[in-house]
Amino acid sequence: MKPLLLLFLLMISISSHAVDSRQLSDPKQQESYETLTKELRCLVCQNQTIADSNAELAGDLRRQVYEMLQQGKSEQEIIRFMTDRYGDFVLYKPPFEGKTSLLWIAPVVFLFMGLMMVFFVIRRKRATAQVQVDVLEIKSEKQKKVRSLLEQGDLS
Amino acid sequence: MLKYIIPLLLFIILAVFLGLGLNLKPNDIPSPFINKPAPHFSAPKLNAPDEQLTPADLKGQVWLFNVWASWCVSCRAEHPILNQFAKQYAVVIIGLNYKDEPEDAKTWLKTLGNPYYVSIMDQDGRIGIDYGVYGVPETFVIDKKGLIRYKHTGPVSVDDVQNIFLPLIAKLEAEY
Repeated sequence: MKPLLLLFLLMISISSHAVDSRQLSDPKQQESYETLTKELRCLVCQNQTIADSNAELAGDLRRQVYEMLQQGKSEQEIIRFMTDRYGDFVLYKPPFEGKTSLLWIAPVVFLFMGLMMVFFVIRRKRATAQVQVDVLEIKSEKQKKVRSLLEQGDLS
Repeated sequence: MLKYIIPLLLFIILAVFLGLGLNLKPNDIPSPFINKPAPHFSAPKLNAPDEQLTPADLKGQVWLFNVWASWCVSCRAEHPILNQFAKQYAVVIIGLNYKDEPEDAKTWLKTLGNPYYVSIMDQDGRIGIDYGVYGVPETFVIDKKGLIRYKHTGPVSVDDVQNIFLPLIAKLEAEY
């Protein structure tokens, strides 16, 4: 029990840790700062957001977001600023458009394909199971016949 | 028969995709700047901090914009190639000394040679952000009208000079 509890506590400490904590006076702006830094990708360490990353560039981009919010820029304006410079790659959630449609549709297609496969496999399994039951029944019928024949033999 | 063909087909498809994946370069992020005007900056020169350089000063000529820093290891590998490139082909290379200490940068140029027409300072990395810099070294090719025509991420090799930069510069020089 104790190790489990410790593990749980460890997990909490990891998830609540932030690399830096800038505070904006307006709580709404603070919220924007937190969502934006969690949506923007750090380009040096490609699988981290700029909120998580310790890389210099991530720090500079956080500063940029912070300053733009202080200047009263909207979330859209800041996202636009970033994609103008780094492309859609900087977004963790790429926009739905022609060249990214495959990215968005593929998971649904794969899920559908998987479901179809499961369906067919189960159907086939059922059919073979039925055949096996039939075979068993035939066998047991034969066994009965053999037994009764034997029993008859005993009597005579 | 079908029992063998379907797994084989699946395997071939998988192999093709994995093969393509091997040749992808996840570090090469397409630049949104191609054929767009080089972002404006006005930055102090490394060797004359009182003087400023802006992209407008370079209009009418083809120039390279090379992002470098004395702390950058791959820049050291790239440096002799840039030296040779600048000397042999008389190309204008502007250096963006990115997030560096001016003294370190000057020492670096003194000891390793200076391929740059001018280097400008970007100590807090703001010009870097405006150019979408994410990995030093990076090299942009800018045409006579001030449009970015090509971006190279990572160190420039001798092959890159011969096969990419020289043909491109020749083409851009011919444009009006």
